[in-house]
Amino acid sequence: MAEHEHTEHIVSPGMYLTIILTLLALTGITVFAAFVDLGRFNIVVALLIATVKATLVVLIFMHAKYAPERTKLVIVAGIFWLALLLFMTLSDYASRVDYRGVRYPMTQIISHKIQQEG
Amino acid sequence: MREQATGPALKLPEKHYLNATYGIRSWLLTTDHKRIALLYLASVTFFFFVGGFFAMMIRLHLLTPNGYLLTPDQYNRMFTMHGVAMIFFFLIPSIPAVMGNFLIPLMIGAKDLAFPKINLLSWYVYVVGGLFTLWSMINGGLDTGWTFYTPLSTVYSNSAVAPAVVGVFITGFSSILTGLNFLVTVHTMRAPGMTWFRLPLFVWAHYATSIVMILGTPVVAITLGLAAMERVFGLGFFNPAMGGDPILFQHLFWFYSHPAVYIMILPAMGVISELIPTFARKRLFGYHFVAAASLAIAVIGFLVWTHHMFLTGQSTYAAVAFSFLTFIVAVPSAIKTFNWTATLFGGSISFDTPMLYAFGFLGLFLVGGLTGLFLGALGVDINIHDTYFVVAHFHYIMVGGAVMGYLGGLHFWWPKITGRMYPEWLARIAAFTLFIGFNFTFFPQFILGIMGMPRRYHTYPPEFQIYNVMSTAGASILAVGYLLPMVYLTWAAFYGKVAGDNPWPATGLEWKTQSPPLTENFDVTPVVTWEAYDFHNRPDLGLDVPAGKGSPVVAPAHGDD
Amino acid sequence: MHRTGALYGQFKTLEQQKDTATLGMWIFLVTEVMFFGGIMLAYTINRHTYFHAFAMGSNTLSLGLGGFNTVVLLASSFTMAMAVWASQTSKKGLITLFLSLTILLGFVFFGVKYVEYAQKFHHHLVPGKSFDIFYCVNNPAKCEDIDAADMAKEKEELEVAAKADPDLNAHAQLYYSAYFGMTGLHALHMVIGAGLLFWLLKESVAGKFNAEWNNPVDIVGLYWHFVDIVWIYLFPLLYLIDRHK
Repeated sequence: MAEHEHTEHIVSPGMYLTIILTLLALTGITVFAAFVDLGRFNIVVALLIATVKATLVVLIFMHAKYAPERTKLVIVAGIFWLALLLFMTLSDYASRVDYRGVRYPMTQIISHKIQQEG
Repeated sequence: MREQATGPALKLPEKHYLNATYGIRSWLLTTDHKRIALLYLASVTFFFFVGGFFAMMIRLHLLTPNGYLLTPDQYNRMFTMHGVAMIFFFLIPSIPAVMGNFLIPLMIGAKDLAFPKINLLSWYVYVVGGLFTLWSMINGGLDTGWTFYTPLSTVYSNSAVAPAVVGVFITGFSSILTGLNFLVTVHTMRAPGMTWFRLPLFVWAHYATSIVMILGTPVVAITLGLAAMERVFGLGFFNPAMGGDPILFQHLFWFYSHPAVYIMILPAMGVISELIPTFARKRLFGYHFVAAASLAIAVIGFLVWTHHMFLTGQSTYAAVAFSFLTFIVAVPSAIKTFNWTATLFGGSISFDTPMLYAFGFLGLFLVGGLTGLFLGALGVDINIHDTYFVVAHFHYIMVGGAVMGYLGGLHFWWPKITGRMYPEWLARIAAFTLFIGFNFTFFPQFILGIMGMPRRYHTYPPEFQIYNVMSTAGASILAVGYLLPMVYLTWAAFYGKVAGDNPWPATGLEWKTQSPPLTENFDVTPVVTWEAYDFHNRPDLGLDVPAGKGSPVVAPAHGDD
Repeated sequence: MHRTGALYGQFKTLEQQKDTATLGMWIFLVTEVMFFGGIMLAYTINRHTYFHAFAMGSNTLSLGLGGFNTVVLLASSFTMAMAVWASQTSKKGLITLFLSLTILLGFVFFGVKYVEYAQKFHHHLVPGKSFDIFYCVNNPAKCEDIDAADMAKEKEELEVAAKADPDLNAHAQLYYSAYFGMTGLHALHMVIGAGLLFWLLKESVAGKFNAEWNNPVDIVGLYWHFVDIVWIYLFPLLYLIDRHK
């Protein structure tokens, strides 16, 4: 495979400073948001902010923004596989009817249907 | 073999990787991928014997319906240790750690793998994991089944669960390091001209396998880590008495353990993709499809694990989805099988031992794969789940498929590894013995499964005895089929006829080096200008290439074998 | 295979070596994502099933200490990135400085973690036979480090939670299994990271890193940032489950 001669992109300290300040601000927002009652959206907001922070770290601190395509593919694959693990397992749990006494959103739809059909 | 086998006797090259340095330190501290491959060969063979011993105990015990040989508890330990030893310590490392390690740098024109020291580390990690598991065996072994289902394994079992679980956990890292090494090597260490689509399919197969190793093994590692914690410290994730969930364990376990079966079969498929073109003297039919199918198997293989859990109270929706995906994952394997068969058509076929193993693979993998579809069909699975049908299915794939691939590859590359040829007729007899023994062992188990004999039971109804006796008889023949190569391959390594660089001849880059190769593989980095399996355009192979494009290349006459 | 300067024998150029090592580290990080992912799945399932117990467990953690540690770790990511910059621009003194700061911040993190863990041991909140979520509330004299106002709040929360979940103690133990499992695994990775940083420090003092060759700093940096990312997720998942009550 041909070695592509890319001159190394050097991220400036100014950029790093901007990012760390953003990360600290986002941390503050996360804590603040935790004290606001958003019901079941608290976790969504928390994870969303965490993901924004993680994305900044990956793109800038870890230089993924300036990395070859191959690196980006590796990163995406890793995230995608984690999502596979989580969502496919959750789909099994979510579709079980009344498993361990827990009502998952989907089981409520299914068991409602079963009740209707009698 | 080449015609020059009848000419003046060949001599081993003066310097090669085996005699480059001497002494035990030069082996135990080597970073040469070829020596590391041999270290692995010794260790996986050891564990093959360990697993084989437990298999023998199982089959001897099952000769009679009333279980006179072993107590129920002892029987549970036998099948568990058989599974653990064979799966984690033989099948998963076998082809990648022995043949992948040895051949990948040679096949791509590199001096070594990307990370030679990590390669050596992976062997030591494997050994440490193996020692932990042996420690468990010495302390009576464990009785949970190789699947370690909770809470039996974490709470109730009165056996040496913790050391075995820790051992498998540790060995998982060996797998991860090997996969990492292969992936990076294929990306960054290819010789000039060795483009992706000129790579041997053996390399593609190992690339796909490495993807599975990298993405799956860490999950079983954390799962077994948590299970070990539960066993030792009483955590409660998987223990219903503490609010934990055994189904969670099963999900986490099978997320790896299903793709693990593709770790076991993909490398064997890679071997077959090398054997068939070589012994049909014809380029592989549908190279791109076979390469893509390898990747497809690796990816889709991650989507089907819940088919091991059809009987755990899943909803019909989830079950249907996973059953459908299970049918889909069979498609790329079928594509490969069709392509191998199509390669044979119009080829100039010879029946050297590696080819016999390849034919064996084709038939037996076909049976194993198709019976997987039976199991993936929901209505049928309810009746045959946890019966001998399952046992027969996976043994057809693992033994009829993976082990055939392993042995075929060992024979094929033995001349390259050792510089010497094995005795051909004895090898053919061993291959036939193995094939016959294998079918006698496992075909009756399909029948037993359909008749309803459950797996992992130490007794059975007397009407099943005839099939069990047949199976045990077959197993004893199978054992001979395994022992013969162990003996003659070892003999051949020291006293076999010197083979020369390319005895078959085959088209891979590894056959352009001396046998055995130099430590650095190539004196000069090769520049690749030819396509894979291109028998028609390789005058250096000395084959008789007829003028017409479609005409088969003539198989070389066999010498005095 | 022999080594000439920084170039290992199996490689043809330093560029190839750098390319290879960097790809190797990224792929290794993917395995780490799946490794932590497994325990994240266990956490997710259990949190959903036993929300009250998990919320209760989360509220017994010190938000102050957790938040402080988050800031410390983010800062250490900054100093690590600066160390990489210094090596890319051949500023030998600054490489050493920033690596030292990163190690220092890492040790601050360990210190805080130690305080937190010690507190949990003291309060009988370590999974095992002596686990008891009600321990402090039932024995206020033994848990002197919780002041009266917090103790009253905790007592109230426990009463509400116990009503919603009769098996609160067993399920809270699951929360703490997740807590110790996830933070313990994270701490282990930090210890390894600290070890790597010490090695880097030694090499940088010996003048090994400059604009031409700085790959080891780069890839240890990748590892360290990954460890930071894990904590970025652990903090809200463990410390901020149900704070608004």
